[in-house]
Amino acid sequence: MLRRRDTFTGLVAAAAAMQLPRPGLAQGSAARTLRVVPQANLTSLDPVWTTAVVTRNHAYLVYDQICAVDSTNTPRPQMAEGWEIGQDGREWVFTLRSGLRFHDNEAVRAQDCVASLKRWMVRDVFGQALAAQTDELAALDDRRFRFRLKKPFPFLALAIGKSQNPCFVMPERLAVTDPFQQVRDATGSGPFRFVAGEWNPGQTAVWQKFDAYQPRQEEPNGLAGGRMPRLDRIVWTVISDASTAASAMVNGEQDYWEYPLHDLLPVLRRSRDLVVEQRLLEGTYGVLRFNHLHPPFNNLAVRRAVAMAVDQRDYLRAVAGDDPKGWGTCEGVFTCGTSLASERGSEILKTRNLDRAKAALRESGYAGEKVVLIAPSDYPQINALSLVTADLMTRIGLNVEVISADWGTVVQRRASKEPVERGGWSVVHTTSSGSDLGVPTIHLFLRANGPNAWFGWPQDEQIETLRAQWLDAKDEAESTRIGAALNARAMEVLPYVPLGFYWQPSAWRRNVTGVFRAPATVFWNIAKN
Amino acid sequence: MFAYAIRRIVATIPVMAVVALFVFSLLYISPGDPAAVIAGDQATPQDVERIRASLGLDRPYLVRFGEWVWNIVRGDLGTSIFTNLPVSTMIAQRIEPTLSLMVITLFLAIGIAVPMGVVAAWKQGTWIDRAVMGFAVLGFSVPVFVVGYLLAYVFALELDWLPVQGYTPFSRGMWPWFQNLILPAVALGGVYIALIARITRATMLEVLQQDYIRTARAKGVGQSGILFLHALKNAAVPIVTVVGIGVALLIGGAVVTESVFAIPGLGRLTVDAILRRDYPVIQGVILLFSFVYVLVNLLIDLLYTLFDPRIRY
Repeated sequence: MLRRRDTFTGLVAAAAAMQLPRPGLAQGSAARTLRVVPQANLTSLDPVWTTAVVTRNHAYLVYDQICAVDSTNTPRPQMAEGWEIGQDGREWVFTLRSGLRFHDNEAVRAQDCVASLKRWMVRDVFGQALAAQTDELAALDDRRFRFRLKKPFPFLALAIGKSQNPCFVMPERLAVTDPFQQVRDATGSGPFRFVAGEWNPGQTAVWQKFDAYQPRQEEPNGLAGGRMPRLDRIVWTVISDASTAASAMVNGEQDYWEYPLHDLLPVLRRSRDLVVEQRLLEGTYGVLRFNHLHPPFNNLAVRRAVAMAVDQRDYLRAVAGDDPKGWGTCEGVFTCGTSLASERGSEILKTRNLDRAKAALRESGYAGEKVVLIAPSDYPQINALSLVTADLMTRIGLNVEVISADWGTVVQRRASKEPVERGGWSVVHTTSSGSDLGVPTIHLFLRANGPNAWFGWPQDEQIETLRAQWLDAKDEAESTRIGAALNARAMEVLPYVPLGFYWQPSAWRRNVTGVFRAPATVFWNIAKN
Repeated sequence: MFAYAIRRIVATIPVMAVVALFVFSLLYISPGDPAAVIAGDQATPQDVERIRASLGLDRPYLVRFGEWVWNIVRGDLGTSIFTNLPVSTMIAQRIEPTLSLMVITLFLAIGIAVPMGVVAAWKQGTWIDRAVMGFAVLGFSVPVFVVGYLLAYVFALELDWLPVQGYTPFSRGMWPWFQNLILPAVALGGVYIALIARITRATMLEVLQQDYIRTARAKGVGQSGILFLHALKNAAVPIVTVVGIGVALLIGGAVVTESVFAIPGLGRLTVDAILRRDYPVIQGVILLFSFVYVLVNLLIDLLYTLFDPRIRY
């Protein structure tokens, strides 16, 4: 079958390899404008209203944060000069740096931070956990605000400064908006201003340097440190066709491509003008989720039979290619390389044996019930994960029906709690940043509170108890012990099957300087020669 | 004819009403939930429900349809669920690139295809005829995206004469505007050229057998006079019909072409809106396309009278 991507991959590869001298008729752009191909279309501007990654990336340009995590995921002061924690751990007082201003030239006040925190705490999972422990959140004066907690919450700074969906500070007049209504005005106090007049959703979004921004006088470190705007303009151009984006990069029409498709990476690497490197600090983790409400996956023995057949390397090769530098196995529920990472109880994922899986399935009581696997055809990575699962499930003897649909349909259907005969589902896949799988509180796939859990709705009291205990852990050792216990329990009852992680590199032209590794795609400190 | 045109324009109202009902109903029953897309993975079912309610998507079908129709009657196409921008603004942002692409493609296609078809009919059975028909088969067979990629490879990546992607508004100069549209128009025009060339050839062959052509030859009219003054004018009605029908082909092709060349047109707006289930945008764009198609058909009907004086309305 003729595929668009295949057709052009060869053509672009040839061009990249030859690098013929060109007259440059189509070249030319302002040296201090960075032309970016973003990973998706920026359709909404409010990072509280939607959790879309592209909106979060926009938010990092426009808004500032009270605190932000560094490259070791440790929260550091950002807008805050610092914070003081009361002796009993139940009172946190934050003090803002002086001279901070919003893009409308209004001063940033503690009241703005309080309103932004309150709005964010309604929608964010970590924020909700924080809200549950908060007695009072109030401004003390224009530069100071205070949390009074019901009990110590040592992760407070991490919660508000985490890399994925953190609390961004908006002016109070905007932050008082209902969290379920979209804020339309993108006025922030971050290093770049959003140019609303040039926004053409689906095509172009433009930001300009905010001259009054006051960066911290520190080197950037993860998302912490100095957020020095070194570009006059940043222009995002949505190029939905990956092959065209590759050509635009090779041809010098774009400067930075956030998420190149893995099968186009060799093409980009062959171009002498391009750098292709891992920019994100965390990998992207694959998730195989069962529907625990209906047969056959309400049967633990069937779930375990599938887990015995899983070989993470098959999945990762399907997504990211044969080069093992592009991916890594991670046979536990927490992000590998973090303090909670554990393989206690993970032996089942090391089985990797179809014959043993078949035998386990035969003994499970599986009666040939239909397994409906919904695969998003417009998400190449998740689609690849889905197809590998469909194949292995068929091979061990499950009666699999693959429903291929677009993402919009998948997200609706996965919300259905009906049996498959009435439009339900049995298996879905998704991916998640490693940053979201590092601690139990924000680990969506580890929640096992039945109807309130993430789609699939697993129920396991032991997991829920351990999650609650972790928040109360007194020290690092206890936190690690609970993490290991959680991993063991998750591997026993299998709310989901972890599928390892792959790296998502970015590509940029060699004249783009100052690119640094961070947990999210951010554009401060970057310049263009 | 004026009265006929007015009658036809008035007749578009029930057509548009049927289209509106059809589009709205189809979207209502089709799967997909914008609230779930907006809410993301972290959201609870309650969150999704609250977003759905805030967007008004939890209201009954008839209430939503009635409100939508009432707004349209007042000239309001609604507001995008995702961007919060008026649909009319989003369409206005996108109409110039699509219109530019279609007009250039139309001129290019007619300018190339009609002479090709005429020459092929004149040289029937020769290598020229076979070459033209071979090209037509190729035009029909090769997908637009393949032609697009090949053109981009040769003229953008290899020769660097033209940009790979993007669109420059006409207001920034004619050449920057035109250079962004050359490759997309050629890619999109392939099928259209093939279609028009084939129909031109077939119609011309039929006309060239007519008695009045023989009479013209006997009177000593030159070959070009016979072909372009006598035969082509009489072959024009079917050709104009195909040109009109082809507008629908162009609209469909524009979706792919705009994606391949990253042109911010209505085709991409439609696809993006469908993938996100941005209902007001989908409804607005489809209504617009339907309206344009109805108008083009009206224009074609009126053009018949220019080519065939026997036709009267």
